[in-house]
Amino acid sequence: METKKIITLEEDSSGIQFPTDIDTKEIVFVNIGPSHPAMHGTLRVLTALDGETIVAAVAEMGYLHRGFEKDCEIHPYQQCIPYTDRLNYLSAIMNNIGFAKAVEKMLGITIPERAKVIRVITAELNRIIDHLVCVGTNLVDIGALTNFWYSFNVREKVYDILEKLCGARLTSNYIRIGGLSRDTYPGFEEEVLDVCDEILEAVGEIERLTEKNRIFLDRTQNVAVISLEDAISYGWTGPTLRACGIDYDLRKVEPYYDYETYDFDVIVGTKGDNFDRIYVRLYEIRESVKIIKQALKRLAPGPIMTDDKRVALPPKIHTYGNIEGLMNHFKIIMHGIQPPLSEVYDYTESSNGELGFHIISDGGQYPYRVKCRPPSFMNYAAFPQLIEGGMIADAIATLGTINIIAGELDR
Amino acid sequence: MNNQNLIETIKIKHIEDIINYYEEYGYLNVVIKPESIRNIISYLKTDEDLKFEMLVDLVSIDYSQFPEKKPGRFGLAYHLKSITHNHRVAIRVYLPEENPEIDSIHDFYKNANWLEREAWDQMGIKFKGHPNLKRILNHKEFVGHPLRKDYPIDRRQWLSEPDDLMDEMEKRLKEKGIIR
Repeated sequence: METKKIITLEEDSSGIQFPTDIDTKEIVFVNIGPSHPAMHGTLRVLTALDGETIVAAVAEMGYLHRGFEKDCEIHPYQQCIPYTDRLNYLSAIMNNIGFAKAVEKMLGITIPERAKVIRVITAELNRIIDHLVCVGTNLVDIGALTNFWYSFNVREKVYDILEKLCGARLTSNYIRIGGLSRDTYPGFEEEVLDVCDEILEAVGEIERLTEKNRIFLDRTQNVAVISLEDAISYGWTGPTLRACGIDYDLRKVEPYYDYETYDFDVIVGTKGDNFDRIYVRLYEIRESVKIIKQALKRLAPGPIMTDDKRVALPPKIHTYGNIEGLMNHFKIIMHGIQPPLSEVYDYTESSNGELGFHIISDGGQYPYRVKCRPPSFMNYAAFPQLIEGGMIADAIATLGTINIIAGELDR
Repeated sequence: MNNQNLIETIKIKHIEDIINYYEEYGYLNVVIKPESIRNIISYLKTDEDLKFEMLVDLVSIDYSQFPEKKPGRFGLAYHLKSITHNHRVAIRVYLPEENPEIDSIHDFYKNANWLEREAWDQMGIKFKGHPNLKRILNHKEFVGHPLRKDYPIDRRQWLSEPDDLMDEMEKRLKEKGIIR
């Protein structure tokens, strides 16, 4: 291989510096993103190409940075929840749950059984739609367009349910600290069961279209392989880590919301290539459906909000009927929720992996500091390593398999 | 391993590096001296009984307006997780207001590279020996560190020049031996 070297950097008329004396016969620099349809959001990666092979890549982020953590510092705890919707906007309720669960841990609140079961159902519905979007758009990137409609048709039906449940499709703002904002509507159980069957049907269709498809297999198998050690070192969690061949799922190893009592399997890949990452997600949809069906059987009537006076508004009959109720109402509206002076790090298994919230309370009504641990951040850190040595078209496919959500990545 | 056994195991080898430790909501927090961060992390990662293979998160905190007095203005919390043994710990350090600096651990965990860049960007904590300590979430022309308590939330800045990323690319090409 002949040697190439950069001697000087010269500014061209646009003000952007490119190396001028590099032997450009073979190396070409191509900038992909931040606004490119294939980059799924506002991600940018600068690649050095030798022909169509990526020899080096540098990733940049921050184009969707909105200062979520700083914004939380001037909002009462309850008002931070709509902001968490905007982290991973494909599975908003899971972010709500992650934040609410951390604050509930600080306050020592256990939520009622019905609220817990509905949280599990909505979280799993969100996991399903997140995986459907990931798999559907990913397959579009590698040319399998039909799957997109199979996945998005059923996703829309899940959104119909969520819309009836909380009034919004994407940014649901459904969870409250201490429970839920509202109960389910009549006919909820039947609709969820119906949509479960449609989800399984769609997964079957996608599977039949891809599992023996020569083009799909050639494009995904042994592409962008990552070893288990590297994946752990990069802090990968969730489906991307499981695709590397380890049965690590927070719902199993550190269960919450009674996940240990549900019967479901952890899907594990073998190699850690694109094929494993797509199929782990696809099969996880079936496991989520299993959980939803079991949870629906447990859905017994009961309260959906804790009666803890520190977080829950009293029933209207007390607000208007006696002085304690009125004072309680007034205190929560004026002074908000005030967790004790402490720090907590709490985590849930979101659709992309471990979603953690490190919350510091100074005893007042605003969080002193909130740090979100986004799973996408860790996945994206490994992206340059994944695509180096591969083809540029595979880089786009790889980006889809690690499912980077810009809202969560940049916060 | 429960938290009691964990701290006992860490204390065997590193009693002089530990300032104190406490449990908060069932989560073990160990406060150590900033200068021994690399020793402790390397021990925690490689010891057979501990095996903290994953750096889950790196949280930077500005305690300047916190009601409780802390040993330094800035705090860092390294959240570690052992996949093998399924236990967690938070390693905490406190850094002074003047020139907050700590050794980088980017060679122990691959994601530490970006996490340390984030802590530098948002809180202005320097990591000695970091290969590429530049801003990650904010723009390269941004002045100040937004998550510090003395940065007003409504301060706006005019940022115009895009980052060409060639500084990083050049480094990467050199690492790969493509250019000299």
